This record gives sequence, C-alpha cells and structure tokens, in this order.
Amino acid sequence: MPTESDLSVSALAPGKNDADLAPTPDPAAQPHTRRPRRTPLTWLRGGGLSNLTFALPLLIIFGTFSWWPIMRAIVMAFQHTNLVNPATFVGWENFQFVLTDPLLPTAIKNTLYFALLALLFGYPIPLVAAVLMSEVKKLKGFFSVLAYLPVVVPPVIAVLLWKFFYDGSDTGVFNTMLGWIGLGPYPWLQSQTMAMPSLVLQATWAGAGATVIIYLAALISVPPELYDAADVDGAGVWRKVWHVTMPQLRGILFITLILQIIGTAQVFLEPYLFTSGGPANSTTTILLMIYNYAFGRSVGGDYGAATALSVLLAIFLAIFSAVYFKLTNSWSKS
Amino acid sequence: MKSTRTYVALALATVLTTSLAACSSDSKNEEPAASDTTTTTTDSSPTEESDAPVTIKVVSLTPGSSDEAFAAFDEQVKAFEAKYKNITVESQEYEWLPDKFAADLAGGTLPDVFQVPFTDGRGLIENGQLADIDALFKELPYAGDFNPNVLQAGQGADGKVYAIPYSAYGVGLHYNRTLFKEAGLDPDKPPTTWDEVRADAKAIAEKTGQAGYSMMTQGNTGGWQLTVATYAHGGRIQVDNGDGTYTSTANNDGTKKALEFLKTLRWEDNSMGSNFLYDWGSINQDFAAGKIGMYTSGNDVYTNMVMANNINPDDYGLTVIPLDGADAGVLGGGNLAAVSAKADDAVKAAAMKWIDFYYMGKQIDKDSAVANAKIQAASNQPVGTPALPIFSKELYNESQEWIKDYINVPLAQMTGYTDKIFDLPLINEPTAKTQDSYAELDPVVQAVLTDKNANIDSLLSTADKNIQRLLDR
Repeated sequence: MPTESDLSVSALAPGKNDADLAPTPDPAAQPHTRRPRRTPLTWLRGGGLSNLTFALPLLIIFGTFSWWPIMRAIVMAFQHTNLVNPATFVGWENFQFVLTDPLLPTAIKNTLYFALLALLFGYPIPLVAAVLMSEVKKLKGFFSVLAYLPVVVPPVIAVLLWKFFYDGSDTGVFNTMLGWIGLGPYPWLQSQTMAMPSLVLQATWAGAGATVIIYLAALISVPPELYDAADVDGAGVWRKVWHVTMPQLRGILFITLILQIIGTAQVFLEPYLFTSGGPANSTTTILLMIYNYAFGRSVGGDYGAATALSVLLAIFLAIFSAVYFKLTNSWSKS
Repeated sequence: MKSTRTYVALALATVLTTSLAACSSDSKNEEPAASDTTTTTTDSSPTEESDAPVTIKVVSLTPGSSDEAFAAFDEQVKAFEAKYKNITVESQEYEWLPDKFAADLAGGTLPDVFQVPFTDGRGLIENGQLADIDALFKELPYAGDFNPNVLQAGQGADGKVYAIPYSAYGVGLHYNRTLFKEAGLDPDKPPTTWDEVRADAKAIAEKTGQAGYSMMTQGNTGGWQLTVATYAHGGRIQVDNGDGTYTSTANNDGTKKALEFLKTLRWEDNSMGSNFLYDWGSINQDFAAGKIGMYTSGNDVYTNMVMANNINPDDYGLTVIPLDGADAGVLGGGNLAAVSAKADDAVKAAAMKWIDFYYMGKQIDKDSAVANAKIQAASNQPVGTPALPIFSKELYNESQEWIKDYINVPLAQMTGYTDKIFDLPLINEPTAKTQDSYAELDPVVQAVLTDKNANIDSLLSTADKNIQRLLDR
C-alpha cells in the first residue's frame, strides 16, 4: 500500500510515480505467447453484452440530450432555418454575418471584462475563505454550511433577489445600508460602468461556496509536517499559505482556474435577468448575443446565426483549453 | 451471478428507453381537460366538420392576472362550449413574448388560436407561421365591414387574411392623478405640449420624490416608444422605397428632438427617477404602484393595470400625446387573433368560431357584448377600456352604448384621450424588420438615460447603419 508521503507528493502530479511503483515489462524480453483471437464470440463470452447494457442508458441519454443536439447545431450553423419551414443550406453566410456584426466586439469585450473581474474577485476569495475556515477548528461545519448556502439558492431566485437589492433609488436595500456609513446612493445596474461589477459581485456570491468546499477538501491533503517545518522557519499564517499551501494545491488550482474561465466565458443568466444586456449594451455577453439571435428579435428566429456563433465559441474555448493544458502540464509536473 | 447482473441491466435499459420514447410523444396525446371524450380529427370532410368532435387550444389571459379574471374567462369558455357542443376548448395563460413564440411554434406547443401584436403579424405571415384563414374569414357576415387600415395588419402580401385584428389602439400619455394632486397640479388639466410635460414632471419629482416622467427601454419597447416619440415630433424612422427595399432613417430631426427631451429631463431636471431599465410589464407595475407620474404606452394598458397590478382606479388618467410639428401623428397598433400554421382544417374551422365568439362577438353583436360585459363586471374586470374602432367609428360608439351600464373603468378620467384621439392622424408602425429596428434603438435610449455625455448624433448614425445592415440582409 502506498505510504502517506507517496500519496501527498504524487497526488497532484499524476503519472510520475506510477512508473516507480509498477515497472512495465520490457516487451522485447517477453516470451512470444499466443494471444487469443478476438472474435464477436469472445467478446460476448467476456461479458461484452452486460458491459454494453450498463453503458446503454448513458449512451442513450447523452446521445439524445447532448451529442445529437450538438450535431444538429453544427448542421444548423450552415443553414438558414426558422425550425418551421424547410431549411436551406447557405454555406458560410451565417459565420460571415456573425463575424461582421457590429455588436460582436462589444460582446467579446464585455465577456472578457466579466471573466477578468470574476477572476480577480472570485478566484482568490474561496481560497482565502477555505484557509480561514480550516484554521478554525470548532465551527468549521457551521461555516461550511454558511459558505455553501448561496450555491443552494436557485440561481434565478438569487438574481431576482439581488436585482431588488440593487434598486438605484435612495430606498434600495444596498443604498440604504451604505447610507448608514455615509456612502452615497449608487445607481448599481442603472449605470453603464457599475452594471458589470454588480453582476460579478452577485455571481461571486453565488458561486464561491462550491469552490470553498473543494479547497477545504484539498487542504486536508496537505501534510502537516510541511506546516511544522514552516513554523520552525518562523513563517506566519499568510507566508505559510503562500509557500506551503498554494504549491501543494497547485493541481487543484489549475483545474478550478480553467473551469472558472470556461464557465465565465459562457455567462448568460446574470446579464439576461439583471439587465437584458443593458444599459446600452454594457453587459451584453456572447451567450446573450446568441440568445438574442435565436429568440430575441425577429420572430422568425435566426437559428443559423445563433448556432454559428455557438460553434465559434466552442471552437475557441476548445483551443484555449488545449493550449492551457499544454502550458500548465510542464508547470504542475515540477 | 453475471447473468443476474445482465438481466437487471437489460431491464433497466428497457425501462429507460421506453420512458424516453413516451416522453418524446407529442402533446397531441395529452388528455383534454373537459370530461367529455374528444379526439382531434384529421381527415373529416368539410361537410361533416360541424358535427365531429374537435378540441382547440386557445390562449386565455396574461400570467399574473387575478383569479377573478380567470374565472370570468372560464365563464366565457363555458358559454362557447354550450353554443357549439362538439368543440372543446382548452386554454392556457399567455403573454406575447417573441422568444417564447418561436420555441413554442417549433416545438408544437403553440395553442391553435393565439394573439400577436400588429408589429409581429407581418413577420409571422412572411415566415408562413400563420394559417391561411382567408376563405373562412370571408364567410363571416361582417368581413366587409373592417376598417381597411386596420385589416391590412393581418393581411399578407397576397392580400389574403392570415390573422384578424380584434383590437386597435393608439399610444397615449398615462398620468397618475394622485401624484398630480400631490404636486399641486390639476389632474383634470393634463399637459398638452411637451414643454408642459417637462414642467409637470419637474413639479412631481420635486414635490413627491417620485419619477415625474418615465420611459420604457428594454426588450424592444425602448425602440417602440422612441418611435412613438419620433412620430409625435414629426419624424419617421424608416422609409419605404417602394421597390421592396427600405431605408433606415433613425437619424432624423424628430428622433433627435425626442432624445433631447429625454436628456433634458434626465440630466438637467433630474425628473425621471432612478430606474431606467423598464419593459412593458415592469413600467405598468411601477406606475400602478404610484412610482411614476407620466409615461407613454398603448391606450389599452388600463386593462393590464387592473388585472395584474391592482391599480387604484382613482390614480389613473389618460390623455393624448402632445404632437409637435407638421408630420406629427400618433403611433397606432393593435392585436391580431391568429391560427397556428400547424392546425388542420377541422381545427381551423373551430378556431374561427372561437375567434368569432370570443374576440369579435362583443364588438359586433349587442347580445354578446352585453353578456360579455356582464361576466366581466361581475368579476370586477375592467369593462369599457378605450380602444380604436376596428370597423367604423359609428359602430364603436354604438358598442360602447350597448355596454354603458356595465362600464366600470373611470372613463371620465380618460377624456383627455377619448375626446381628441379621433381627430389626430394615426400612423402605422414601420413595416420592415420592425422588431429588429426597435431592438437596435433600445441601447440608444438606454445610453441617453445612463450616460450624461451620450452623443445623440453618433448613436443614431450607428443605429441607422446597424438597422440598414439587417434591412438589406
């Protein structure tokens, strides 16, 4: 059984230790044995049918609700269709239309702005909260519940609640509370500059809890000897965090970072419910543009343009993820 | 052991597959709400239509309407089913939302009979999403009496009728009489020029702290109301070139004056309150709650205020929009009753009977009008909200006479509108890509209201370019 130190060192650098534990046999040194011929019969006897039936529900459900719609969307991106009349193929016209849309640069800028703000606020806060919570021995369970509570609230309810709090008049909830400490009434969602940060604030509040729980669990895996060693060297709490905790959590941090980026690139709920992309397109994101193409404006529904932009976004995120993993692969191994 | 596992797996897979297949079966298989058994017939010949049982799905009221409103509607359904014993009516709540409509139609969950505003009617007809009811329409005894200007909203380019207009309205200026009184203004003397609107808005904002004047800005309503204000200042946002092409003229003097007006009220007088993200529903809500002094919208919103927003009738006042300039006019609109393109002949015929009974009956036939008014009044629903005539002005006045005893809306508070509207020029909405144009103008209105340094000229030029791109597509 692997020792604790094996686990802690290799847990976040997969693949490195496997070679040490179980050396693969040298193929050239193997005696030439006859491998059994693989026929449908051997597959059946080897339990192939039961494998298939176990996989069948997964295949059917994913096929119907995930893969088939994705295929359909890719096909629709090359069509002019409103889902009622027969569709006609129009080649690259949808992509051309989407890429020359004057609103696209604004939407990209807003999406990047949202992602950046969410990264600035939403990425460190769960880590800080998790570290603080792991220091508190007694009430950790209680704080975990508090941290996770916003995640449990249904997103639409949370947004509508915050929309009410963000009321721009003097009697709005936040303005009243800020008034107690002398800060002036703010327009929140009514201002082109404050609208996006307001959205990010709510999104962070809603999503931080889940990441806190993940970090809390990961923190447990950090061996206490490292902290003791840091104590001996005279490190305070925050130096310990910077020099011990974060390097140990490197793998988790990389994963949550890419997940956060992919998630925020597809933000739709907050802009749609809070401001419908306003005021003056300052919170219009790419997903909101896609939604408006399909459902927002002309009743015909430009599903071709909507799917074209979706395909472009998916391709971009896929390339970004591939590049990201390539780059961070070398970092996390050391 | 392996075989038991296999059997369990097979059983699970079968159950899942069959349940998926059941889920995907069409809504046509769902059981009707009524107790009598009915089936949707697909191939009965026309002569047997009237006897074969048929079920139609119709729209009832906007979600959020009060229980009494729904009760009143159910009464009407009962009366209809009593008259046509073979037709069963299923109803569902409905509010015109373009995004939901497209999904409903594609998914087959759109009711057979539904309501569409004039603006969207033409788009739907072009897309072939409405059933051709021309032949059935011509069988109606009053088919020839329609005001042609109103009927054209439901006609396709081929002149055939695809939807029937059942209500027409002009846009009016709604004002809160109570806020007027609190601000020291006379509620019986609403403003008649834009300067007076500005002065009154300022008084309301200063003396009551509520928004003196508000404007819709979201969900294409910003562009809609900006077009209203454009017309009121003598401008037009679109020109029909006559050869099938259109030119966007959003950057015109009328629109510029309208935006300057908003800019002045917002940044100089600060009389527009602190909420600038309103759509049709939310502005009605805030008005009914007493937070808005004045705003423009269709003259029929009083119905929504009563049904869904609990307005105090004493608060409500209606007058005409001030007109300024030679080409100024009032934007007219209305609602169409349409039949889904997916309806078969039997359903179409039944649908026309429902349209005739529910939508048109109370405007044509004295007994239906009185019966409907009685039911509505008994459930405290608004009776007599002003409208524009679908047929002729004489018939409209006559129909108001019929239901005189049941009118429970404060018509005396709406004389500013009802006295003058028939003398003012009514202008139809722009014909091409109307919703798209409105959507492009939404951000213009929002920008003027949220950015002190918004450059109106450049905003309108950009909007023109964007709209033209869509018109040319």
